[in-house]
Amino acid sequence: MNPILVASGVYRSFGAVVAAADLNVSVAPESVVGLIGANGAGKTTFINMVTGYLKPSSGSIRCDGAELTALKPRRVTQLGVSRSFQIPQLFNTLSVRENLLVAVGIVAAAAHAWAHSELRPAHVGPATDEMLERFGLAAYRDRPAGLLPEGVRKLLDVAMALVVRPRVLLLDEPTSGVSADEKFTIMDLVMGAARGVTVLFVEHDMDIVGRYARRVLAFADGRIIADGEPAAVLADAEVRRYVIGEAHA
Amino acid sequence: MSRDRTPLVLAAACGCLLAATPVAPQWLVFLLTLALTKGLVVLGLLLLMRAGLVSFGQGLYFGLGAYAAALLGARGGVLDGLVMIVAAIVAAAAIAAAIGLLLARYREIFFAMLSLAFSMILYGLLVKSSTLGSTDGFNLHARSFAGFALADGVGGRVFYVAAVIAVLAAGLAVHRYLGSHYGRLATAIRDNELRVEYLGASVFRVVYANYVAAGALGGLGGALAALAVGHVDPETTYWTTSGEFVFIAVLGGTGNVAAPFLAAGVFEAVRTLANQYAPNVWQMTLGIVMLLLILFLPAGLWSLVTRRRAGV
Repeated sequence: MNPILVASGVYRSFGAVVAAADLNVSVAPESVVGLIGANGAGKTTFINMVTGYLKPSSGSIRCDGAELTALKPRRVTQLGVSRSFQIPQLFNTLSVRENLLVAVGIVAAAAHAWAHSELRPAHVGPATDEMLERFGLAAYRDRPAGLLPEGVRKLLDVAMALVVRPRVLLLDEPTSGVSADEKFTIMDLVMGAARGVTVLFVEHDMDIVGRYARRVLAFADGRIIADGEPAAVLADAEVRRYVIGEAHA
Repeated sequence: MSRDRTPLVLAAACGCLLAATPVAPQWLVFLLTLALTKGLVVLGLLLLMRAGLVSFGQGLYFGLGAYAAALLGARGGVLDGLVMIVAAIVAAAAIAAAIGLLLARYREIFFAMLSLAFSMILYGLLVKSSTLGSTDGFNLHARSFAGFALADGVGGRVFYVAAVIAVLAAGLAVHRYLGSHYGRLATAIRDNELRVEYLGASVFRVVYANYVAAGALGGLGGALAALAVGHVDPETTYWTTSGEFVFIAVLGGTGNVAAPFLAAGVFEAVRTLANQYAPNVWQMTLGIVMLLLILFLPAGLWSLVTRRRAGV
């Protein structure tokens, strides 16, 4: 099966700091990939480059054959690559329903320009309510997004990213700042809603990585130091030293 | 879900204003016409403020509209008020479409200062132009309106009726726009541009469209004001005029399309009364009103209406 996301020779530096050093990644359709690594290892830089927030200094990133490297976030989204953020990016003065209404409305208004969307303006209301139900957000529908608990904000952020019906979804620490009890509930909801979508998620909780990822990429100093099935990667000596932080692995 | 009563309230208020046309004294007709024309400019400002932008240069479009109407009469020989108004809207929208290409890329203080700079450029040009009357400006007279000849002494009331109809049409159109997807998108842009872009929408296009619409409304207000006053001068584009529009916008709040007109009415009334009873300190009176408003009604006069509805 042809890969849906391919990063070839991707390099990015910030002054003397190399955030991505010749990254070569190929992701199969509908796979779930966990990105692990210590802070500053280059995980978020990788997501930022895939989604157009940062431009690589060199190299190329392609989604389903389409070049993403020089595109702005808007165009990357239109090509089917969407993301959530470590700090949820919401419309804080709007209610939860209005947040989703804006997102669904954008997709409906631009349906003719989006190859992967068939949403029509008449379906905006029902599609929004369906998203509220699917993510368990109906109880918060009229509450301003700025006043939500962190776990609900995270869910809404992911729901907004999924509204655009992406083929590739990148989640930047979807469970950070959420209580241990809620983490698995959130991930169950997210993974259920993202069925059929290629998912790459950054995560520090190895229990989450072990349960949901089918493949793990371990980052350190802008390089990928291990790539494989979760059990194998998490047992790797270099990963245990650089990522998990064991002193004498 | 509460019913949307804004169109009904707007129509009822405009109906009352129209019904008062034959009986209202001339001074009140004039004062209301000025208030309504300023309200139209501020309605455009409301569009920008919904997207998180404050323009300190709407005097540019107010002045452009006024001068376009006046020039059409004085130099173009067109003496129909309605044609002057349409020409003013087109001229203001065209200039806004050109300037908006630059301004829609800026935010916050940069947007505010650039908009102010453009209005002051026009002011400078008008002041230096002797053919446009320099600092004195020049007079304009409409001989007809929509093809009907204007008899002596009725022009003021005709322009007042035109202003009321323009307010109703613009108010309903903007209200419908704000309730639509694109109106919600403007608020979303104010809250978080990054998310809007990551949802696949163009922030630039929404801001640009709102800017052009605000310019067109400014031109409409300027043309109507010029017809009512019968004179244009560079003061219409001066920064204090633009500041007045921001003052009215803050006074009313951005909660409803009726707020700019309510605030413009209050502003004109306070200014007229202050001018009459305390002519040496009328600016201070306005300043005190603004201070009290910021202290007690930070969301503007319209928050009185929303508080009452919410039973607070």
